[in-house]
Amino acid sequence: MDQSNLLEKRVGVFICHCGTNIGGFLDVEDIEEYTKGLPDVVFTQRNLYTCSEEGLSQIKNGIKEHNLNRVIVASCTPRTHEPLFKRVCSEAGLNPYLFNFVNIREHCSWVHMHERKQATKKAKDLIRMGVARVRLLEPEEDIEIDVEPACLVIGGGIAGLTASTSLAKRGFKVVLVERDATLGGLLRDLYKLYPICEDATNVLEGRKREGESYPNLEILTSSEVKEIKGFVGNYEVTVDIQYPRHGIRIIKVGVIIVATGAKVLIPEGLYGYDGKRIITQLELEKRLKEEREKLKRLNNIVMIQCVGARGDKRAYCSKVCCMVAIKNATLISRLNPEAKIYIIYRDIIQVHGTEYEDYYREARDAGILFVRYHPENEPVVSDEYVKIYDEMLGEDILIPYDLLVLSTPLVSWEDASNLAKMLKVPLDENRFFLEAHVKLRPLDFATDGIYVCGTCHWPVSVPEAVSQALGAAARASIPMANKKVRVESIISEVDKDKCIACGLCASVCPYKAIEIKKTEGGKKAEVISASCKGCGSCGASCPMSAITMHQFTDEQILSQVKAVLP
Amino acid sequence: MRFPDEGVSIKDEGSKTEFSPKILSFLCNWCSYAGADLAGVSRFQYPTNTRVIRVMCSARVDPIMILEGFVQGLDGILVLGCHLGDCHYIHGNYFTIKRVKLTHKLLKQAGIHQDRLYLDWVSAAEGERYAKMIAWFIDEVRKLGPFGEVEGIDAEELKERAKVAQGAARSDKLRWLAGKEIDLCGEERIGIQGKNVYGEQVSKEDYDILMNENVLNEYTRSGIISLIRENPLSIKEIASKLKMCPAEVLQHISILEHAGVVFLTEEEGRTPRYIGV
Ligand code: SF4
Ligand code: SF4
Ligand code: FES
Repeated sequence: MDQSNLLEKRVGVFICHCGTNIGGFLDVEDIEEYTKGLPDVVFTQRNLYTCSEEGLSQIKNGIKEHNLNRVIVASCTPRTHEPLFKRVCSEAGLNPYLFNFVNIREHCSWVHMHERKQATKKAKDLIRMGVARVRLLEPEEDIEIDVEPACLVIGGGIAGLTASTSLAKRGFKVVLVERDATLGGLLRDLYKLYPICEDATNVLEGRKREGESYPNLEILTSSEVKEIKGFVGNYEVTVDIQYPRHGIRIIKVGVIIVATGAKVLIPEGLYGYDGKRIITQLELEKRLKEEREKLKRLNNIVMIQCVGARGDKRAYCSKVCCMVAIKNATLISRLNPEAKIYIIYRDIIQVHGTEYEDYYREARDAGILFVRYHPENEPVVSDEYVKIYDEMLGEDILIPYDLLVLSTPLVSWEDASNLAKMLKVPLDENRFFLEAHVKLRPLDFATDGIYVCGTCHWPVSVPEAVSQALGAAARASIPMANKKVRVESIISEVDKDKCIACGLCASVCPYKAIEIKKTEGGKKAEVISASCKGCGSCGASCPMSAITMHQFTDEQILSQVKAVLP
Repeated sequence: MRFPDEGVSIKDEGSKTEFSPKILSFLCNWCSYAGADLAGVSRFQYPTNTRVIRVMCSARVDPIMILEGFVQGLDGILVLGCHLGDCHYIHGNYFTIKRVKLTHKLLKQAGIHQDRLYLDWVSAAEGERYAKMIAWFIDEVRKLGPFGEVEGIDAEELKERAKVAQGAARSDKLRWLAGKEIDLCGEERIGIQGKNVYGEQVSKEDYDILMNENVLNEYTRSGIISLIRENPLSIKEIASKLKMCPAEVLQHISILEHAGVVFLTEEEGRTPRYIGV
């Protein structure tokens, strides 16, 4: 297409229904009608899913057929989808910097689900502001930056270990930081792993040995990440090492994998938990590992599911506990086939996939009894019995126990938010790390160069943690293998004719990216493009309007402010 | 005025009343915008009054941009960045504090209620806090009433004043003062020990006094320029319009003349009059 004449602005606006995510809460037809009347808008189109193959080709066709030289997509958030739409513009021959995102989902339809009229108005306003900005955008070229070919892995559980090993195997430098004195995380306390009853210790030791065999994998235990600075390609990480000698290390890496894991909820105050006769599944694992002889002598074992989970405080299902209970029950019944074992579950028992289903059948065949309870009729625990209302029988039954095992969920670490803050990545309402996109980018964060795997993201089993770790390692290796990443050209530039060399810009620049230099026209400020990170602070200081902050120019932002009201 | 964190509900209590404030928020890409995204992903429902401008860092937000919002007659403006220490650009948001502080002073000078502008920090993980903060701010602004109401000044007149304040925000003096405070007074939290050309740290109190004086002067000068931008006036006329003493006006005029933004237009047999550019 002909881009020589960018003066005549031809704006195309694509408005996404996002299925019903937007379409269900906003009047998208009305928004489109309104958009048609905005200045320089020559084409509008509604898409069911703008990010689908069909939606993307609609953008391309729109650009070609209507000779568009400015494109807006009004849909979700630029933090996840901007690269995709920019790429499509570029494929259609339009400089991707002439694209503008308008967020009408996260910032509108999803947060105003019961305000159709007002939310529709808001979306129109946001699009109007977007049109104001897009008209002032200028074509630019990406900048390439070098990637430090090293990866930081935070957390040395099975996920972190697997990711580290996988990257080390590919020849990348890896630094694994674990705050405990030993590696292994939750796996250290586990006995056998479902479904094939492997020894947890074997799995762990195997991985550890493999990891330790790579000289390019450095393992720092008793160490904690204290500070993270920088961007994809060039992170500077401060690690506090406690042992063997206390010290601070600064590590330079290009990418980061978060694998900090989770912990098991200790059910203080629930069902008489005492850590002795009433214990958690994790404590049972320990006994299975170390005190099998004692366990053999117990005749009545009762397990209660969903303790502290799926309620008001923690609404989620921890997913692994049902299988853990079935596995541990089976192991006990193998130790002592005479033992009476009950699993008291709440409305469902989670067994997915064929092997797990088989496992469940096997447990039933072994005589393990499954009794269902209803959340309104929770089991009541006394010294000798668990009293439970059996729905089938329609009456209370009393089950005696020698050992009561509570299946509690995996919960996130209290200090997950510290790390999240350092990385500037989000957590969900249960403090688990939140990925960029649940389906499209499940192992990435929205921030480039940071990835996630294992139970810090969500409760998963060992096989799942391992496959996530391999996936995250693969993702993390992309920028390292390419050695360069392309980043958007968001940098500032000084108009030498306007600059009076007051030096204010240089003194507010966090990166010392501005220097005052002697030129033919006297002293002038000059931006060192390679150092500028594009915060725009210089532009907000300059008294002479001499600074152009590319993509976020004074004019562009002011045009948006002016367009807030119709 | 500070967001109380505790005891705020997201529910919009006042949406049934007639006045629905028009609010603009500047969000930084890395934290507050991400926090707003998270509020969306978590489906926290909050009132519809805000319109968003995304910037890379809160430090991009120029007082001129904020004041433009009031020139347009918006009822409230939010500037939200990363928590101190978490700015993606090391300590960009410390400069945001200074710029918003300057803007607050200019608002006061212009007679615009300072609570119409609010600066705070929201992390990428604080979706719920974001939603609550929006609901809370809308409520605070609702208490102030439409632009001009609590001020007791006609909205159009107040917009003019915002324009005058915006003119003052363009002045090199004020921009210099906002930009240099950290250098001169220091900022312990980022380990900067302030010093002036003599190597001494300037006290925060002195700086504040200096700032206030300059805000007053620059606001007045900006007011003079806008008064004589189209029609030239004499010193006396300016003084009476702005309710100032002529000697003071003369002083400002000579500074403005020197800066090349005000010129004398002489006509035969008439008192000298000045025109602004
Ligand atoms: S602040 Fe503006 S005028 Fe001053 S040196 Fe920097 S670019 Fe030049
Ligand atoms: S945009 Fe930020 S990093 Fe770049 S020169 Fe300006 S102040 Fe420095
Ligand atoms: S990046 Fe958020 S305040 Fe600087």
